[in-house]
Amino acid sequence: MIELKYYLLISAALFSLGVFGVLTRRNAVNVLMGVELILNSANLNLVAFSRYSSSGIDGQMFAVFVIVVAAAEVAVALAIVLTLYRVLNTVNLDRADVLKR
Amino acid sequence: MSVTDVVFILTAVVTVGSAVVVVVSRSLIYSVFSLLFTFFGVAVLYVFLGADFLAGAQVLIYVGGILVLLLFGVMLTHRLYNLNLTTERFQPIAGTLIAAAVFVSISLAAFKTKWKLVGDRELEPTTQQIGEAFLSSYLLPFEIASVLLLVALIGAAMLVRRRTDV
Repeated sequence: MIELKYYLLISAALFSLGVFGVLTRRNAVNVLMGVELILNSANLNLVAFSRYSSSGIDGQMFAVFVIVVAAAEVAVALAIVLTLYRVLNTVNLDRADVLKR
Repeated sequence: MSVTDVVFILTAVVTVGSAVVVVVSRSLIYSVFSLLFTFFGVAVLYVFLGADFLAGAQVLIYVGGILVLLLFGVMLTHRLYNLNLTTERFQPIAGTLIAAAVFVSISLAAFKTKWKLVGDRELEPTTQQIGEAFLSSYLLPFEIASVLLLVALIGAAMLVRRRTDV
């Protein structure tokens, strides 16, 4: 039986890598990948706690809803990225610094 | 060290290692494809945790849906004759410091806290339990999630349509 803290360690690593990606990447699609890493680490935590605590299935239910919201989020975010590309002809986030032109 | 431990360590190394490639690699295509390995690794960890339904959902939704969408995003936002799909970094030092601080604080919290745990529980199939929970105590969140998906569908289609009538 693998202990809970190792799952938490993997999840912490995924989370901090996601934070690193969100903070340092310039490409909008790459920033989205960082957000997906963060959501995955949160899910891993939820499932791990649901396995090692007496709460039954609740943690897994939360993870299902997180997956649903992640799917909706990535669809809308990619639509925004495509619109950004059409307007500015780039997906570099530091060049998307105007509200209107 | 049992076989389970070896498989767990291998899975952990693959998951975290490919996540490193996702955020460090200069090529966007490499990032997307190593994200594939990260998602599969998390699915294997779900199997370790006895969450069979979630492992299946992870493979179907993340690998089959979100990853393909991200690949579309990469392909549609670059001219295909210009296969130089690289990305730049900015503020690498500050980003590294913040990420390291986040990692250290979370792992310290994970290791120092005395978790109140139950012992080894029986592994049982979760699909039926999840289905029953969806239609009983989680009925309202379930309906809200379906409306959210509909709104996201319409919103995404509206955002990328060609504006001929405006």
